Amino acid sequence: MRLTLLALLLLAGSAAAQTAVDLPPAETRGDLLIRGATVLTVTNGTHENTDILVRDGKIEALGQGLSAPGGVRVVDGTGFHVMPGIIDAHSHIALSNVNEAQNTITSEVQMGDVTDPTDVGIYRALAGGVTTIHTLHGSANAVGGESETLKLRYGTFDPNALHFEGAPRTLKFALGENPTRVHGRGRDIRPRSRMGVEQLYREAFSEARRYRDAQNEAEENGTLAPPYSRRMETLADILDGEVLIHCHSYRADEIVMLMNVLRDFGVDRITFQHVNEGFKVAPELADFGAGASVFSDWWAYKFEVYYSTAYNVAILLRNGVRASINSDSGELIRHLYHEAAKSQRYGDLTDDEALSLITINPAWQLGIDDQVGSIEEGKDADLAIFDGHPLSVYARPVMTIVDGVVRFDEARDGDDMRLDVDPEEAIEDVRLYDHDEESCLVDAFVL
Amino acid sequence: MKFTSSLLTLFLFLCGSVASAQDGYIRAYEGTFALTNARIETITNGTIENGSLVIRDGVIEEVGATVAIPGDAEVIDCSGMTIYPGMIDGGTRLGLQEIGSLPETVDHGEIGDIRPHMQALTAVNPNSVSIPITRVSGVTTVLTSPSGGIMPGTAALINLHGYTPDQMDAGFKGVVLNFPSSARFGRFDRRTDEDIEKQFNEALERLNETWEQAVLFERIDANGGSDLYQPEMAALVPVIRREAPLLIEAHAAKDIEKALEWIEEKSIDAVLTGVREGWRVADKIAAAGVRVITGPVLTTPSRDYDRYDAAYRNAGWMHDAGVTVAIRSGEVENVRNLPFNAGFAAAYGMGREAALEAVTIVPARIFGVDERLGSIEVGKDATLFVADGDPFETKTQVVDLFIGGYRIPIESRHISLYDEFLNRNPGLER
Repeated sequence: MRLTLLALLLLAGSAAAQTAVDLPPAETRGDLLIRGATVLTVTNGTHENTDILVRDGKIEALGQGLSAPGGVRVVDGTGFHVMPGIIDAHSHIALSNVNEAQNTITSEVQMGDVTDPTDVGIYRALAGGVTTIHTLHGSANAVGGESETLKLRYGTFDPNALHFEGAPRTLKFALGENPTRVHGRGRDIRPRSRMGVEQLYREAFSEARRYRDAQNEAEENGTLAPPYSRRMETLADILDGEVLIHCHSYRADEIVMLMNVLRDFGVDRITFQHVNEGFKVAPELADFGAGASVFSDWWAYKFEVYYSTAYNVAILLRNGVRASINSDSGELIRHLYHEAAKSQRYGDLTDDEALSLITINPAWQLGIDDQVGSIEEGKDADLAIFDGHPLSVYARPVMTIVDGVVRFDEARDGDDMRLDVDPEEAIEDVRLYDHDEESCLVDAFVL
Repeated sequence: MKFTSSLLTLFLFLCGSVASAQDGYIRAYEGTFALTNARIETITNGTIENGSLVIRDGVIEEVGATVAIPGDAEVIDCSGMTIYPGMIDGGTRLGLQEIGSLPETVDHGEIGDIRPHMQALTAVNPNSVSIPITRVSGVTTVLTSPSGGIMPGTAALINLHGYTPDQMDAGFKGVVLNFPSSARFGRFDRRTDEDIEKQFNEALERLNETWEQAVLFERIDANGGSDLYQPEMAALVPVIRREAPLLIEAHAAKDIEKALEWIEEKSIDAVLTGVREGWRVADKIAAAGVRVITGPVLTTPSRDYDRYDAAYRNAGWMHDAGVTVAIRSGEVENVRNLPFNAGFAAAYGMGREAALEAVTIVPARIFGVDERLGSIEVGKDATLFVADGDPFETKTQVVDLFIGGYRIPIESRHISLYDEFLNRNPGLER
């Protein structure tokens, strides 16, 4: 009898725990009412004891005393803080490959083709309040592949279902040690120096311009069009302003170099990634209107980041640069709220400024700030709920909502949230990550 | 800028003659100091809400709610501030590596599998740029450890002020053993299960052979010794005689269990380090009475099927099981994140009090330096800091710092770059 009771209890216990396959389909757009929370809108102040009504995946109303139609789940937000879902402008999770390192220019490849929706790293990011990520090509090549902006609709096996509808196309560039190491020193082809990197861009953009001119000429005058080149198409689309550049960079001089090249070719949208020495050329970055997406405190792992400072983001922001903090790491992505808070230790930013580094600013850098990045009526209902102020080291994310759908719930989720379980996998595959820095070179040396 | 320059002004005002402001360089100085009107978290004797602390001859001379301020003391008003003992990081490579990707600047790994006589202290660069960057976070003392092989060398506890390794020596040295591992390290480790098992067995065999030799060497040594120069064997003698603990790095649950068996079999005093999967075998660690230095806390779970917060909770789960737990960052240039590692452990089950002990008095006891470090007590080294809030809280500022009675400037390259570049001159115009 007692045994049966125990078995029943165990059964009940296991039935209550949610697993990854229990999560709603990716196309679901949820309805929800969060009641009585402290709402950190980021763009429009902090509102105490406030309700958020979510209908069909969008924030329908923000206010007090809101009521939900029958059947809509109500979340008691009393004592909790709600912030916009966190946006990571630099990630390499959810990818089965990172670099196509066989050429210095690989604008023909697309990270959307190697999205892995089953990566448990997606769930771990959700458990850190993250709802949108930018998965980039690696930094092996001066011109890398097209990156992908994803919504973390964990629970699906369809890679396309994670695609962020309406997000502009983006492409990875890379300056400095990585492209010169992989190609110059590794394969004895240009670029081996920062001089070579500049000329590579000038040659590539010139060729792309000739390509697009020849296409236009063919259309207007019936001349022979150039042979189709996916590589040139993408580069020409950058010149036409249809693709945003996200450039791996560190040193002040190379940052200025690329801005000069872009000016000469009439390109005006770029976000510099990592950009550890961005603080040294903050006035130039602000003048150009470039974005900067930085680490909170990583430095000294290679020479080009030796003369950097954790105060980077504060200097950039105070000089008028639209700055964000990214992870570039499957570990850091789980606590970007804490990484953003470091801007208060290293530079005394306000709460809203610190939160903007992981919400509205990366949204702007990815061209999706009209849809996400703040808690505003009409925006996507991508929300992260914490049991304290998210900038406090003691605060823990307890629920993460994407398109109005709860995709992380501390109270209901089981321990094992893998989606794709290999029945033949050895039960004790123990893998330890130490200081998971710069995932940018994954695949670069597997030649 | 606002913060650092006002601090600088305060600093110059308080000790004008000592700071050589004309060349822009401020150096540490010793003296008699009275830190007044402070909240003092002593760690071992509770919290004094409004008290004073007197520093003389490098040690804490007085501490309490009512303390007579010596006439010769430099008085530092700590109103609104809290004094904490310097935090101790139980595992780093600080001072042994300057730039990760440049082998010329990396001195923690020597050639050979068995080399316990390699001294980390020898290779500590007292002028590493990372040292001031670390200590201004309130981390004043770290264990810095050699890497690689089975016995990579002897780790050293160092204080983060001094101009020679000897000046930094904080009074503890320990031989490191990387226990044979069945875990994979990082995403680039593509070894098969068979490779891992083979390497595990080979390493264990090598370790046991070495140990037999060392036991024999110790016996010969106890009977008058031999003329043979065997420094790697000599380095193990204090461990065999239980005069010093062996620092045993182990992570995977079954490796930890094997290590516990090995410790019992060899009958030595040991400390387990790393211990990422300690929570799986916490009861066994507790039953064995083996102390633990775990970390980093800010790391991913070691298995895909583990709960997302398993690594955050590891320290707390072990603590709950009755294990003595210290926390380490496992860092080099970002040892300054030790308080945040402890903060996450605190938030995920360990609680703030135990987490604070895990970076102060607990490592001090493990390293046998608790007579001098790890808490605010009369007679202990004046190695402490003053902060405007909880040192684990991300936005907290450390405003004053003492190591061994020396008042250390709140200066680092990261701060000076901030001061220079916040309002760069010239700006955009030439």
